[in-house]
Amino acid sequence: MTLTKRSLMLATVALAASLGAAAAQDAVKIVGVVELSGAGATAGTNYKNGAQLAVDEINAAGGILGKKIEFVVYDTQTNPGNTRAAVQRGVDEGAFAIFGPVFSGPIGASMQIAQKAGVPQIVGGEAAGLTKQGVTTLFRTSLNQADAMPKLANYFKDAVKASSVAVVWVNNDFGKGGRDAIIPELQKRGIKIAADIATESGQADFAADAIKVKNANADAVFVYLNEEESARFLRAIKQQGYDKPIVGETTLLGAKVIELAGAAAEGAKGHVGLSVDAPVAGFAEFGKKFQAKFNYKSDHNGIKGYSGMYMLKSVVEKTGKFDKEAFLKAAHGAVIKVKDVPGILIDSKWDDNGDVDRESFLAEVKGGKQVITGTLPPVNKF
Amino acid sequence: MDQLLQLVLAGLATGSIYALAAIGFTLVWQTSQTINFAQGEFVMLPAILVLAAVKFLHLPLPAAVLLATGAFLLLFGFGFKKFLVDPMLRHGVLPLAIATMALSILMKEGAKDGFSAEAQQFPSLVPDGAVNLFGATLSLRDIAIFIVAVVAIVLLQLFVTRTRTGRMMQATAQNPDVAKILGIPTEQMILLTFLINAGLAVLASFLISPIYLAKFSNGEVIGTAAFIAAIVGGFNQVRGALLGGFIVGLVDNLAAAYVSSAYRAAVPLALLVLVILFKPEGLLGRKEERTV
Amino acid sequence: MTPPSPLSRLDLNLLVLLLGAAILWFVPAGMKSYGIYVISFWLVMSIAAMGLNLTLGYAGLKSLAQAAFLGIGAYTTALMTAKGGIAGPVWSWPLAFLASGALTFLAGILLGFPALRVKFHYLAFVTLAFATLMFLIFRNEQWLTGGVYGFPNIPRPTLFGVKLLNDLAFFRFLLVVTLALSVAMWWLLRSPWGRAFMALRENPLRAASLGVNLRSYTLLAFAIGAGYGGFAGALYAPMVEFIDPAPFAISASFVLLLTVVVGGQGYFLGPFLGAAFSYVLPEMLRVTGGYYLLVYAALVLALLLVSPQGLLGLVEKLRERRRVKAAQAMRDASKVMLEARP
Repeated sequence: MTLTKRSLMLATVALAASLGAAAAQDAVKIVGVVELSGAGATAGTNYKNGAQLAVDEINAAGGILGKKIEFVVYDTQTNPGNTRAAVQRGVDEGAFAIFGPVFSGPIGASMQIAQKAGVPQIVGGEAAGLTKQGVTTLFRTSLNQADAMPKLANYFKDAVKASSVAVVWVNNDFGKGGRDAIIPELQKRGIKIAADIATESGQADFAADAIKVKNANADAVFVYLNEEESARFLRAIKQQGYDKPIVGETTLLGAKVIELAGAAAEGAKGHVGLSVDAPVAGFAEFGKKFQAKFNYKSDHNGIKGYSGMYMLKSVVEKTGKFDKEAFLKAAHGAVIKVKDVPGILIDSKWDDNGDVDRESFLAEVKGGKQVITGTLPPVNKF
Repeated sequence: MDQLLQLVLAGLATGSIYALAAIGFTLVWQTSQTINFAQGEFVMLPAILVLAAVKFLHLPLPAAVLLATGAFLLLFGFGFKKFLVDPMLRHGVLPLAIATMALSILMKEGAKDGFSAEAQQFPSLVPDGAVNLFGATLSLRDIAIFIVAVVAIVLLQLFVTRTRTGRMMQATAQNPDVAKILGIPTEQMILLTFLINAGLAVLASFLISPIYLAKFSNGEVIGTAAFIAAIVGGFNQVRGALLGGFIVGLVDNLAAAYVSSAYRAAVPLALLVLVILFKPEGLLGRKEERTV
Repeated sequence: MTPPSPLSRLDLNLLVLLLGAAILWFVPAGMKSYGIYVISFWLVMSIAAMGLNLTLGYAGLKSLAQAAFLGIGAYTTALMTAKGGIAGPVWSWPLAFLASGALTFLAGILLGFPALRVKFHYLAFVTLAFATLMFLIFRNEQWLTGGVYGFPNIPRPTLFGVKLLNDLAFFRFLLVVTLALSVAMWWLLRSPWGRAFMALRENPLRAASLGVNLRSYTLLAFAIGAGYGGFAGALYAPMVEFIDPAPFAISASFVLLLTVVVGGQGYFLGPFLGAAFSYVLPEMLRVTGGYYLLVYAALVLALLLVSPQGLLGLVEKLRERRRVKAAQAMRDASKVMLEARP
């Protein structure tokens, strides 16, 4: 019911926006280009809802520099071509910033358009390559895979004490990017790759993969899949009676996976970039507000959307005007602290490539909940 | 060795789901030349209907299962024939096939927009757990799927060969014109095959959803597998579809384990092409009179 | 009473084509990039659909691989024009365009062979297998195609020393190429070859007895249809400037098939109408939020139930009905006059 209502609301918002766009002189337009259907639906919906929550709060408190935010969202179907069209549409409609998408492939396909128009694009993608291509308009809302994976490799070596690892990844840009980032990091630390298993995006039957992992006899398995596939894999491998450590990065320990996998998620552990369960006051409070508004538990993508919107607000207010060029200049190198901007949720720094740096966490699933077991410092101190 | 055994056993469980879908597909093809591109969505939807009945109508689970089954048989057994196949068939096989493609999008999007874009847990009658069999671990759910599916297929086969109605249905499937001359109520028999197809889809849906999780996009894989199973086994034989289902399930699992995992989706299709090129009537199929 | 001869109908088609191109030349002048992108996308998909229309609508062969041909063309063009290209910036696109067409034509011939062995739905499944394999190759062979990360920075073609960076300029270039390909198709269909294709669809046995070489014409229809897919791909890559495997997946081939049938298979202008329905309409329905695919599918289904011959079939049906009605009215009128006479 919530979903139907939400999409209805969305339709109304979009319709109202297209009708009354000219009338809203004292508003600033921000266009969400988000995966509301297709493979990225879970991630995109969370990202959009997080951003929506922030927009409502900001507008209720008087907007940014006295202007209300007009937040319009277009669905990309997780398709790069549609994403380009939607970003182009946002640019044409005079958006001050583009919000999204979350999946890295569509980001890679659309970031040149925002770059050409000089429009800031605040994205949820984690693939390492995105910020390496000299695009000056792109800003991440979560850690780059290239920064997250070394932390995880250390975890395999020091905490799990594994000397061999089976790697299961989803064969899309997200999974492939993670796989390409972790394998050299593991090998650098003397850990053997016992199995290297690609799975399909949207795959339903993980029996064969689970059997293969089990028979690889590695000390641990690293699972790097999207939410639903993670849950299916956990169920499949538990059915095989697997009892070695199951380690993941952020998604595997997300609320959605725990809900879907049920008991099979118990004991899964790993590294988490953002989590409503982290021992950070802001995250917990965000989690409550999100739950109250949307009636389900946010995952890390909800935090990305929420804190990203506050990052935008903070930088605009720092420049004192709605000027895209000034925004880009001020956002690169911006350090935003919770004590100044509570909505940022965790102290964050954006570097010249648009990468974000911040603390991250180690977590484990216990008693059907994500429990934080440790805190890791940012990659570079700030 | 025990890896192979495990893969084979898991493959047979998946294969029995494919077989259920493929048998329905074959029956509908035989009686009314319908290539149902929505066959996978037929397997996806019943589970979603159950969850929707629980969520929106606040029904207890057994009542929701009954309601969903009834609604599905009515809509996609009777309604599918009456309002889609019958009016379209006059215009040939292709427009009908295209219409089922549109129907598959409609069912998928309907499940997504009307219910949920996200995967959902689906309750299982069988508890989690596994048993050891010749050194291979086998999950209770896989065993249950296999047994229920095989029992259903055996019952269907008994119905077709041992009962009067079943034999009339078979006669209609094999040659509607002759059947009509013999005084068989062919219209009713054709409707019966559509109802059986819908029933098998419901069964497959309830069996597989606890493992796959109920999701609007689940039909894609199952639909393709059902086509392949039907063609490989023989388009005009229930036995063929059964065999085809098991073969595709096995090939799927063995390919995932032993062929490059990035290319595994191509392996069942390669098998399909080989069968089409060298034994187009399928492994158990009869040769049909072919024009040209 | 006699149906209009195919010849005069085709001439009408040519007229609509030329007129449409003339109008389209000026239409997007005031549009923003998004609008231009949508019509450009429409033209490209129309070319791909035109090819499939030849295969399906005229020769009656069901193919589920048109999006794969589109992909082969797009990747060929990307590989030949990006990063220096093969023959310098000026010639690299035209060469890539021809190579894309030639490669897909050859692929069509290779894939067409099964068409000679099997008929009916089986061909659809052979092409389905091919399309799946192509998708996997696009995705897995990262060294060649960029794999899941995609192929970025595909350059726009250069014309008279000017790079078509401007969206409007590129659109007009696209329009000219589309017109050229459409006229070529129009000519092909009017030629004896075209008539042989149609004979093939209407009655293969009779066509054979009339001396149509079944084997080579089937192959040819399939290969030319595939070639148009390749041409469309050669335009798609520089239009989007970035490609990844997703738009060439099986589901995209399905939508192309829907496109041809919705427009009206076997009607020359059907692909344009169908592509507008499949690729422009969803963009317009975007305001309905997540519901547009649902609306689209419902519209297709309703249309097929009303008119299995697609939109143009519907037009023809309505025209036919009006003609019948007019004739009936005339008869009624004369009857009244007759009866009125004492």
